[in-house]
Amino acid sequence: MLTFIVRRLFAVVGLLLVVALVTMVIFYEMPQWGGQTPATMAVQYVGKQPSPAAIQGVIHRFGFDRSFPVQYIDYIRTIVTGTTFSDGTQDIACHAPCLGYSFRNYQQVWPTILSDLPVTLSIAVGAGVLWLFFGVASGLASAVRKGSLLDRASMVTALLGISLPVYFLAPLLSLPLAYRWSILPAPGSYVGILSDPGQWFLDMILPWTCLAFGLAALYTRLTRAGMLDVLSEDFVRTARAKGLSERRVIFKHALRAALTPIITIFGMDFATVLGGAVLVEITFSMKGIGFLAITSIQNGDFPMMMGVTLFAAAFIVLANLLVDVLYAVADPRVRL
Amino acid sequence: MTADRRGPTSANGSGERPFLDVSDLRVQFPTDDGVVKSVDGISFALERGKTLGIVGESGSGKSVTSLSLLGLHRRADRKGRGGARISGEIWLDGQDLVTASPEEVRRLRGEKMAMIFQDPLSAMHPFYTVGAQIIEAYRVHNKVSKSVARKRAIELLELVGIPQPNTRVDDFPHQFSGGMRQRAMIAMALVCNPRLLIADEPTTALDVTVQAQILDLMRDLQREFDSALILITHDLGVVAELADDIMVMYGGKAVEYGTAETVFRQPEHPYTWGLLGSMPRIDREVQERLSPIRGNPPSLINVPSGCAFHPRCPYTAETGGRSDTEIPLLAATSPGHLVRCHLGPARRQEIFAEQIRETL
Amino acid sequence: MSAETIRENQAVADTEALLTVTGLQKHFPIRRGLLQRTVGAVKAVDGIDLSIKPGETLGLVGESGCGKSTAGRVLTKLQEPTGGQMVFEGRDITSLSQGAFRPLRSDIQMVFQDPQSSLNPRHTVGTIVGAPFRIQDLNPPQGVKRAVQDLLELVGLSPEHYNRYPHEFSGGQRQRIGIARALALKPKLIVADEPVSALDVSIQAQVVNLFEDLQAELGLAYVFIAHDLSVVRHISDRVAVMYLGKIVEIAPRDDLYGRPLHPYTNALMSAVPIPDPGRRNVESRMGRERIRLTGDVPSPIDPPSGCRFRTRCWKAQDICTTQEPPLLRIATAGPGHQVACHFPVER
Repeated sequence: MLTFIVRRLFAVVGLLLVVALVTMVIFYEMPQWGGQTPATMAVQYVGKQPSPAAIQGVIHRFGFDRSFPVQYIDYIRTIVTGTTFSDGTQDIACHAPCLGYSFRNYQQVWPTILSDLPVTLSIAVGAGVLWLFFGVASGLASAVRKGSLLDRASMVTALLGISLPVYFLAPLLSLPLAYRWSILPAPGSYVGILSDPGQWFLDMILPWTCLAFGLAALYTRLTRAGMLDVLSEDFVRTARAKGLSERRVIFKHALRAALTPIITIFGMDFATVLGGAVLVEITFSMKGIGFLAITSIQNGDFPMMMGVTLFAAAFIVLANLLVDVLYAVADPRVRL
Repeated sequence: MTADRRGPTSANGSGERPFLDVSDLRVQFPTDDGVVKSVDGISFALERGKTLGIVGESGSGKSVTSLSLLGLHRRADRKGRGGARISGEIWLDGQDLVTASPEEVRRLRGEKMAMIFQDPLSAMHPFYTVGAQIIEAYRVHNKVSKSVARKRAIELLELVGIPQPNTRVDDFPHQFSGGMRQRAMIAMALVCNPRLLIADEPTTALDVTVQAQILDLMRDLQREFDSALILITHDLGVVAELADDIMVMYGGKAVEYGTAETVFRQPEHPYTWGLLGSMPRIDREVQERLSPIRGNPPSLINVPSGCAFHPRCPYTAETGGRSDTEIPLLAATSPGHLVRCHLGPARRQEIFAEQIRETL
Repeated sequence: MSAETIRENQAVADTEALLTVTGLQKHFPIRRGLLQRTVGAVKAVDGIDLSIKPGETLGLVGESGCGKSTAGRVLTKLQEPTGGQMVFEGRDITSLSQGAFRPLRSDIQMVFQDPQSSLNPRHTVGTIVGAPFRIQDLNPPQGVKRAVQDLLELVGLSPEHYNRYPHEFSGGQRQRIGIARALALKPKLIVADEPVSALDVSIQAQVVNLFEDLQAELGLAYVFIAHDLSVVRHISDRVAVMYLGKIVEIAPRDDLYGRPLHPYTNALMSAVPIPDPGRRNVESRMGRERIRLTGDVPSPIDPPSGCRFRTRCWKAQDICTTQEPPLLRIATAGPGHQVACHFPVER
């Protein structure tokens, strides 16, 4: 187990290095293949009529004047050791893990990500609980009462959920609930959980529902299919042959086996959402990681784009590792 | 009819109902392609301490029979949809299981009647230890503490010959070898002292040396527990090892029913002859050729008309055209020996003596 | 493997054998730890010598995990051996690459246990049985379609089945399709791995008879791998018994079943259930004591030293731990009857 985790952690680091490389190629190198020069790329960062010196300063700050391998190694080294930036007027100390400095909004990348994380975390945790609970519950009920009215109704709802995108569902729900009857706060309001938990909860209901609906639909189908498979397994028949109550057969024997692969998928989905629930954050104007990612792309904020990409990638590979370990704990046949 | 009801070796002379008394059991599954008559009116009886072997090929209805005894089929609703339609009578120790409520049958399952399945690896839950699964089986029917149940589980594992039962009780099924898993499965079935034990192909997934061990074990345990045993298998060698009575099934019906001695020594149904002739025998001179049955076992959706065996039977010409129009009755040819065949008893015995016996 | 034995076997190979293998090994490496170093190997097949003559049937029996199926796949070069030598018709094929072996592929064919999973469900019978022609780029004189229909008739199917799919057939018929495919290129040797064990009893007999008819008609040699000792006895000319990757006894059929020398062979024989209820309470069966092995087969990763069967053998002595018995003909045995045992069962 321990060797497995150590080996995988090495793999995680390697993978993140590759992600950083690819991202850098996309944002820093590819524009130059398309005819851009360091100067044209730098122009966007200075005023309307830039002096050549200002352009040179920007080129130097971004490191466009160095060769690509050197830029890459510098970037990785900076993450570990930290560095000092200069915006021309003053020096800014950037401590490890230093993901760079955004010259767009004059902020360091890592603290910005950290400050936006609570929003994304609020969305992800709440929605995760919702979609896992409702997905598994309705999938379970569907499988146990296969072919019944309940089963058919939940399958139709699931189809609806999978086909409704967040940006359609959000206005559909907020129009009556928030604007007409004012039961819930209108999209755009967000209060931190620490400052006003009650308000935070009310604010979050719509984003949670919109994000969870589609995923719950997916999990309903996954659970139903998984349960139907497991219910036809020999060991479920054995459980019945022992004289166990149907409730015990379903929950202790069938669900336990059907849930294991679902938890694995949940780990991955949850990590993806943590890396930025882009559509929900944009639709509800919530300044989380996904919102940050989109605005930094719109602004051509290279360091911020790099930072967010690496951050999201790290979440996903770590979740992957965690899921594998959990799987080994849940299934005694798996040895790591 | 007495022979029909009592079973060949189970006649106890008194008017009492046998320990297990199945009569005219029918199990039908409605499907989109029509009604599948998996079990089509079978009757048998079995006393405690005796073994009935049910022999048949795939689709003969032998496994469905065993599952319906335990009430493991989802029953159809009142309109006859969504599950198995079961009719007839299954009297176990004076109680009819067909009319009993699902809850009543559930309480008997594992307690009074238990089952050993074919593939012990897939029949045990992969996530729970062997001990936990045996303990669970015990505690459903006995209000005892976990530690008492654990002692009982270890005791049973020892009884079925698991070495170091004190530690192996905490192993998971995949940590056992195939033979040990089947032993553990038997321990789980026996934990509540069931009086009826049903073993569905209990040794088919096992190697021959392990099969011999398991058959020995089942024989010893049956003696010790004085249980009635139903052994379901396609392997005539295995039934010959254990069974007192044998019922041969084909197309959902019993085609021959008698003592093991009779069915092996004086079989009268052409299908039984075919089964015996299909099997190379290690205890005889090597035959030049096997004498297989032509054709394939029937699909239960489309059972041949008349005698279900007629498309594969070499003697249809002798039935006067009745083979595909009329279903033959299961009739006594001698006390305790029932055969379902249009050929007359005298003719069957003649064919067996003149043509069949030497080829087996 | 001593030098003499190899020489002896090669002598056999040169004269009459179709396929001769000496010291054949198949080890599957086990990798562990941070650097995935090889820490051991599953010794599935661990040095077997066999030769198969044209037109004969060699039965290969043993319990699960004894390596008989792996041996079958190595014999057909579906898996590469990790040691030993394979000579087919006087030609060393051990180290032939798959490409160089391809022309010989038509001579050595395989039939699998499960006809359900060894036939592609999306292909018609015509495509499946005709595939060997296409792969080998052969054009039979009467055309592929006609050739396939001839093959279908040969195995007892109707030529009209050409355009049907595997799921439309019963298990026994599917096995016939598998056999037709193996026969397409007129092989000299067919390795059949448990070809009848997934079939119903009445169908088993049909397929066993088909194997015998085809042999008589086409002069095929078979390696017939099975766990069912009765079926193997029925069909084989010679039988080899495997235990933990080794052959422990090999003999002409009647010698092996009539007078098994290895304790393991004796145990196997006495475990076969006899379809005769009169015999079950008789202590001695077939003139022999009833032998019940205890325990399980040891792991092929770390097999016992010396004789591999010693941990379960009632005749084992000290020498069995220290010295591995070679597969030899003992003085009292008939020709071609070899056994690897320090204390063969004498009667």
